[in-house]
Amino acid sequence: MNAWQFITSHRVEVLAATREHLILVLISMAIAAAIGVPLGMTIVGRPRLRAAALAIASVFQTIPSLALFGFLIPLPFVGGIGAHTAIVALVLYALLPILRNTYVGLTSVDPAILEAAEGMGMTEQQILFRVRLPLASSVIMAGIRTAAVITIGVATIAAAIGAGGLGTFIFRGVAMVSDAVILAGAIPAAILALLADFLLGLLERRLRVT
Amino acid sequence: MSNPIIEFRQVEYQISTISSAPILSGVSLQVHRGETIALLGRSGSGKTTLLKLINGLRRVSSGAVLVQQRDVRDWNAIRLRRGIGYVIQEVGLFPHLTVRENVCLVPQLENWPPDRISSRYVEVLQSVGLSPSVYSLRYPRELSGGQRQRVGVARALGADPEILLMDEPFGALDPVTRAEIQREFLALNRKMSKTVVFVTHDVREALLLGTRIVLLDSGRVIAEATPHEFVRLAHPIARDFLAAAELATGAQA
Repeated sequence: MNAWQFITSHRVEVLAATREHLILVLISMAIAAAIGVPLGMTIVGRPRLRAAALAIASVFQTIPSLALFGFLIPLPFVGGIGAHTAIVALVLYALLPILRNTYVGLTSVDPAILEAAEGMGMTEQQILFRVRLPLASSVIMAGIRTAAVITIGVATIAAAIGAGGLGTFIFRGVAMVSDAVILAGAIPAAILALLADFLLGLLERRLRVT
Repeated sequence: MSNPIIEFRQVEYQISTISSAPILSGVSLQVHRGETIALLGRSGSGKTTLLKLINGLRRVSSGAVLVQQRDVRDWNAIRLRRGIGYVIQEVGLFPHLTVRENVCLVPQLENWPPDRISSRYVEVLQSVGLSPSVYSLRYPRELSGGQRQRVGVARALGADPEILLMDEPFGALDPVTRAEIQREFLALNRKMSKTVVFVTHDVREALLLGTRIVLLDSGRVIAEATPHEFVRLAHPIARDFLAAAELATGAQA
């Protein structure tokens, strides 16, 4: 049986897994953005906090994903078997690109524009929210886009700790030594990643200010 | 004579006490209401720093700068700056805001009622020779250099400040556009009677727009003169400026 035959004959299952996968990614991305963007805004004027935050976020990125899922299982509250543990791990992975792009976007605003804003009597807060943030929005969106693509890929491993999603087919396929079953998880995951990349890329271009 | 609106008292400015020569030293200067002061000097003479001391973007190392008889250090920086229009080279218009949003930003931050903001927008855009309705929704990237510069001036005038600071406001323009905007500004300035301090390295611009020229060199004021007096100054640096622009007349040096 080839992959196409398998997918069509198991389409209900594949669609359900895709939905699970998407929900896992969306929740993780929402949390990562809700942490990463404000944190990026906070570290702009605080060099020591910036170094610490970026270092910690980078460390999480270096941990192999399967190991990170494994480490989380025995932890109280955040750990255990199931989707919530997977979400914690995915948030940790998505954090760095969002945090870093937010910081870079906010700090790469043309100094002449910032000086004009200061000279006009805008407060620090007003400069942050009305000048820096709108001008950084496209760079921040690029970070969210990178994070989304990473998260969609890494989320396939979440099946290893019982979080469901498209990884279920991949692990099953590996166990069965069946390419068709592996592809039934891998192809939809790849399509999701391409789609997310394309759509968020459109959004990124719309936000760009020249 | 009435009290000066801006006053420099023995101002020193240096970045750090350890390093080299101060950027400004021993600067004393009085600016009266309605004057247009041209700060003339070469690159690195300290003229831009002098300008930034007025709106508190730089702080004196010693001495004092007074605006409306009050030490800049005693002013709330935000209040001080909202009462001073500021035009910088390369304009510094906000690229994500339309012409109208740029011009109306300070009045909006100052919580002016909407109808007053609208009428002020029309007024200032007309005063810089642009059609308020045509440019309202345009973004800075859709404007020519000259139009951007005009919007920059309109924005500085937005909240009707008493003082206008301009840092090489027409520096980035081609000579023809530049001459045109200079003439317009001259007419506008006569009508508004604001107090203007502007920085330039162009002696022609200083002579054309300034009611008084302050010549700076290596962080010191080396001459103060009306345009009429300036062309007769004997000071070698003044002569250099005039010679470079081929304007030397009645040479006494």
